[in-house]
Amino acid sequence: MRVSVLEVKDLWVKYYTFSGIVSAVSGVSFNLRKGEMLAVVGESGSGKSTLGLALLNMVPKPGKIVKGEVLLGGVNVLKLTPEEIRKIRGSRLSMVFQDPFTTLDPLRKIVDQFEEFLLEHGFDKSKSRSIVKEYLEAVGLPERIMYSYPHQLSGGQKQRVSIAMAIALNPEVIIADEPTTALDVVVQKQIMDLIDYIKGKYGSSIILITHDLALALERADTVMVMYGGYIMEYADKKELLNNMKHPYTKALFEALPRITTRILPKSLPGYPPDLRSPPQGCIFHPRCEYATEECRLKRPVMIEVGKGHFVACHLYR
Amino acid sequence: MDVVSKLVDVTMDFETRIFGRKRRVRAVDRVSLEVRRGEIYGLVGESGSGKSTIGRISIRLYKPTKGRVFYGKLDITELPESKLRYLRREMQLIPQDPYGAINPIQTIGEALVEPLLIHYKLSKDEAVEQAHRALEEVGLHPSTEFFTRRPRELSGGQLQRAVIARAMILKPKYIVADEPTSNLDASIRTSIIKLLLDLREKYEQSLLFITHDIALLSLIANRIGVLYLAQLFEEGPTEKIVKNPLHPYTKALLSAIPLLSDELGLEKVYLKGEIGDPSNPPRGCRLHPRCPYAMDKCKTEEPPLIMVNEGRSVKCWLYYNS
Repeated sequence: MRVSVLEVKDLWVKYYTFSGIVSAVSGVSFNLRKGEMLAVVGESGSGKSTLGLALLNMVPKPGKIVKGEVLLGGVNVLKLTPEEIRKIRGSRLSMVFQDPFTTLDPLRKIVDQFEEFLLEHGFDKSKSRSIVKEYLEAVGLPERIMYSYPHQLSGGQKQRVSIAMAIALNPEVIIADEPTTALDVVVQKQIMDLIDYIKGKYGSSIILITHDLALALERADTVMVMYGGYIMEYADKKELLNNMKHPYTKALFEALPRITTRILPKSLPGYPPDLRSPPQGCIFHPRCEYATEECRLKRPVMIEVGKGHFVACHLYR
Repeated sequence: MDVVSKLVDVTMDFETRIFGRKRRVRAVDRVSLEVRRGEIYGLVGESGSGKSTIGRISIRLYKPTKGRVFYGKLDITELPESKLRYLRREMQLIPQDPYGAINPIQTIGEALVEPLLIHYKLSKDEAVEQAHRALEEVGLHPSTEFFTRRPRELSGGQLQRAVIARAMILKPKYIVADEPTSNLDASIRTSIIKLLLDLREKYEQSLLFITHDIALLSLIANRIGVLYLAQLFEEGPTEKIVKNPLHPYTKALLSAIPLLSDELGLEKVYLKGEIGDPSNPPRGCRLHPRCPYAMDKCKTEEPPLIMVNEGRSVKCWLYYNS
C-alpha cells in the first residue's frame, strides 16, 4: 500500500447565492496515493470543479467550504493562513485549468511570467532562466516559445506552458481541471500523453477532473464518479470497467458511442438536479430506472462492495 | 442520384485587418461535396478546418469567393437575398451555441412565432398554436410552461430542443446541424441526436451534420467527409471510412478517441504538432509537417483528390498510381 499524499475528509461546499443555497460538494472523502492518477468524473453541476478548487482553498465567493478537512502530508490546508496557502500553491499543490487563457497574462512574455512565478517561490534569479528552459523542454516546447506572448501560441502550446508551470516546483499533487476539453482530439491525446509522461518521470499524484468517462477509464488508476455534489462510485479503473455498479456510472458508460456497433448510445431521461432544492433521498433517484420507495426517502451511504470499490446505492446493501 | 445540396469547387476567403494590415484567410479551399436526398452527410474536422463555413455556404448564409452552390438543381450562388428568403423555409441551420441562437430578450414562444408570421403570413392565433405543437414535438412538455420562458431560464439541453423546434417549424427539407450537441453533457447528448433523427425521418429531411466527433458520425452518418485546413482530405461511406480509413489524418482522428479506438483494431497513427494557421498553410500537402508518412513529394506538391474506388476518394500521395 503506497502512502497517501492527500486525504480529503467529509468535505462540504455551498454557494450562498441570491436565489438560494447551492450544495455543490456534499460529504466527499477520498485518499490520493503517491504517484496515483485519480479521475473525478462528472457532468456539469456535479461539483467536480468546485471540489478541485476546494482542495486549494480557492472556492470563489459566494461559495464557502462549510465542513471538512483537506490533509496534505497531515496538515489541514483549509486551516492555513492566506500567506501559508500561497506558499504551498504551486509548490506542493498545483492546478492546471481548462482554459490556459485564465492562467497566463496576455500582456507579458512567457518567460517573464514563468520567472516571476519562480521568484515568488524563493528561487534565485540566476537559476530561474535555466529552470524555465528545462521545464519548457520537458513539456515538449521549443526554447523560442519563452519570448512569445500567449496569443502567439496555439491552444495546445498554451496548455503545455501551464503544465510546465504546474510541475516546475515539483508539487506532490497536480489538479488538472478538464485540461484537454478546449483542445481538438489529436492535441487532446498529445496533452494526455504528456501528463502520463510527467506522472512517470516526476512521480506526481494527479487529480484529473473530467466530464469524459472514456478518458478517465483510459488514463486514470482510480475513478471517482460524482453526481449532484455526491460521490456515486469509487473504484480502481480495472475493477470499475469489469464490475460497474452504480446505475449512474452505467448510464454514463452506455452514453459513450460504441463505434463498431452502429447502435446509438443510450441516453438518460431527465435533467441534472437543481442543487438549490435537491431531491430527497438519493440525489440520482429521479433519473434512475431502479429507483424504489427507499431511494426516494433515504440517502444511500457509501458501502464497500469489493476491495477498494465503493458505491452509494441502495441496490447493493 | 437525387441531390439536395451541392458545392462545386467552392473557395471562401475572409479578410481580416490587424492594425490596418490586411490578411487573407482561406477558410475553404476548392471543396466539392453533395448531400443526397434522405441521407446524413457527416462533415468532420478540427477547429479551423472550415467545416462550419462549408455548412453556412451550403445554405447560402455565406456567398463563396469562388465556385458554385446548388440547392437541388437550382444554382443559388448569386441569388439575391430577396429570392433566398423563400428558400430559407426549406434550408435551416441548427447552430452549436443555443444561447446565441435565440434572442435573449425574446421568449421561446416569440422566437417560434416570428418565422411563421414572416414566412407564412399566418394569423397570430394560428402561429401560436403551431408554436405550441412544435414545442411538444421536441419534448418540451407541457409547452405552456416553456412558451413564456426566456433562453437563460432553460437548461442547455432544453434550450437546444427549443432551437431545434424553431429550425423545424417551417418544415425544412435540408438541415445543416453545426455541432448541435458539443456543448451538452453526455447523458443529454444522445437524446438530442435521437430527436434530430426522429424529426428527419418524420419530415423526410436531408442532413449535413458537422462535428469534430468522428465516433458520433460513425453511428449516424451515411457518408463522411474529413476536412483538414480548409480542404477535403477523404470522403466515403461511413462503414468504409471507419473500418478502413485511408488518409493518415483520418487514421489519426480514429486513433485519438479515448478507450474506443482499441475496439476498431486499426493501425494507430499519431500526429505531431497542431493544425496550424489557416492564413498560412504549409506548402505541398497541408498535413506533411505532422504526418509520419510524409515523403519528399509531400513537401512540395499538393496531392490531388484521388478516386480509389466507387464513392471513395482520398487526397494523399500514398494512394497515387500514375
